[in-house]
Amino acid sequence: MEKQGEFKSITLNFGPQHPAAHGVLRLILELDGEIIERADPHIGLLHRGTEKLIENKTYLQAVPYFDRLDYVSPMCQEHAFALSVERLLKCEVPIRAKYIRVLFSELTRILNHCLNIATQALDVGATTPLLWLFEEREKIMEFYEQVSGSRMHSAYFRPGGVAQDLPNGMLERIEEFVDNFPKILADTETLLTDSRVWKQRLVDVGVVTPQQAQDWGFSGPMLRGSCIPWDLRKSQPYEVYAKMDFDIPVGRNGDCYDRYLIRVEEMYQSIRIIKQCIREIPEGEVKSLDRKISPPPRVEMKHSMEALIHHFKLYTEGYSVPAGEAYAAVEAPKGEFGVYLVSDGTNKPYRCRIKAPGFAHLQGLDFMSKGHMLADVVTIIGSLDVVFGEIDR
Amino acid sequence: MKAKQLQKLSSTLQKEVGNDIYCDVDTDFLIVRLNNQKIITTLLSLLKDHPDFLCSILTDLFVIDYPEHTQRFNVVYNLLSIKHNFRVVIKVGIDDDNIDTVIKVHSCASWYEREAWDMYGVKFNHHPDLRRILTDYGFEGHPLRKDFPLTGYKEVRYDLEQKKVIYEPVNLTQEFRTFDFLSPWEGTQYVLPGDEKAKEQK
Repeated sequence: MEKQGEFKSITLNFGPQHPAAHGVLRLILELDGEIIERADPHIGLLHRGTEKLIENKTYLQAVPYFDRLDYVSPMCQEHAFALSVERLLKCEVPIRAKYIRVLFSELTRILNHCLNIATQALDVGATTPLLWLFEEREKIMEFYEQVSGSRMHSAYFRPGGVAQDLPNGMLERIEEFVDNFPKILADTETLLTDSRVWKQRLVDVGVVTPQQAQDWGFSGPMLRGSCIPWDLRKSQPYEVYAKMDFDIPVGRNGDCYDRYLIRVEEMYQSIRIIKQCIREIPEGEVKSLDRKISPPPRVEMKHSMEALIHHFKLYTEGYSVPAGEAYAAVEAPKGEFGVYLVSDGTNKPYRCRIKAPGFAHLQGLDFMSKGHMLADVVTIIGSLDVVFGEIDR
Repeated sequence: MKAKQLQKLSSTLQKEVGNDIYCDVDTDFLIVRLNNQKIITTLLSLLKDHPDFLCSILTDLFVIDYPEHTQRFNVVYNLLSIKHNFRVVIKVGIDDDNIDTVIKVHSCASWYEREAWDMYGVKFNHHPDLRRILTDYGFEGHPLRKDFPLTGYKEVRYDLEQKKVIYEPVNLTQEFRTFDFLSPWEGTQYVLPGDEKAKEQK
């Protein structure tokens, strides 16, 4: 028999301008035919040096940088920063602000998961979920705009509370949205959940065992997909999550399909939390009354000299944070998003470390895609829920 | 209750490891200061396997730069125990800018260590693939060090004549200014642009 020629593995450059690369991911894939042997992600094309910039800004000026990390779920990142600064300042946040934060964190979760599921479906070949879910996303971004004046980069959660109170009729509008949203989501599910094509592409692709998930430092839906019931909202509750009644969906097989199901279920659970917030939210202040941290109301500044001075000092020098170190993490839609602050007692952070969930997840791409077909890499990237703003920082 | 649990853990750890560490309990995590950087891998695997700890997830690994200290770089390991629901933060001051890699204990350390190398120039011994990760191909320097200027040294643009992307030394159209907020009443130390000779004339 004639000896067959030896096949050399092919190296394929995937991205950074590929639509399925979700931003600026450059992947070097080593292929044996159509089977992946090695995936080497080259990241950093969106590196802006956020941590360095924050070291040179006051604490309040650092807030907008957090919106720009994971620009699909902006408020959750601000939340981690605010919690971390508050921990150092030992400052108490009014209860109404806590409810507003939880309310908007959960809206953000829906915002994020809508995008993730829609774009993953688009990568796999379904167009309709994108059209349906993006309409809902737009509605949530309108809520963002109504409270902060900006659709995406809101700078709304600030150390000490939130920037301003909800405008009139806001809660009713959110309630109307959450009443209608489950129907849209259920409609989307009819297109995906039981679809033969969707299942063929997702089931048993990118399987992560519980050991692997821990070894590779996964968090959020990536960890829960692998049968590990871990959610910071339940296990280390912050704000008013301890009062909330909701469930944590956990996957069984650790494949892309399980992670998809978890994200869908998390949206339903988020709606439960939002409804509860709307029911229970009390009246009152929305930011700390400590004038050394949060600015005075504009009306007061018209007649009070002290208020004027506070305002001026806050927006030029900012506030000094007691020396020390603090770590605060939130369950962001993508996983554990944490901020480790080192303060030297001045008005600028000495070191601000941002722990982004996507960084650890993308690292797992190599072992997850090994032995899969080239087309499955696209599915896995979609299921990792990567956004380069936070990975590259 | 949490503080008590952590207090107990800190004494367990102190007993297991001995004088190389100093434990401290923060509100909700255990801070371990490690004096002997050689035992970092042993300490991490102890924390991973010991039934009282089971810190199976390395949440984060990063460096803090203190240029004025004799041990300039502090490497911080942020561990999470899912089983017992607490965090352990390990801080190591390192000599000669290098420390052993912990990839064998936690696979995810690989990229974190690459990032630490990229940003601070801390070498991780025995790391199989210590390449730069976040900065540009062919980048020089370690940008997160305190002595690296915020604006960097090189800027990049597309040159229309040469029809390619070129690198040039940074040219700031406006002076970079830092304000000294800490002693606003004593007067500032920086010299205003165009005011350089004012002092000499006096």
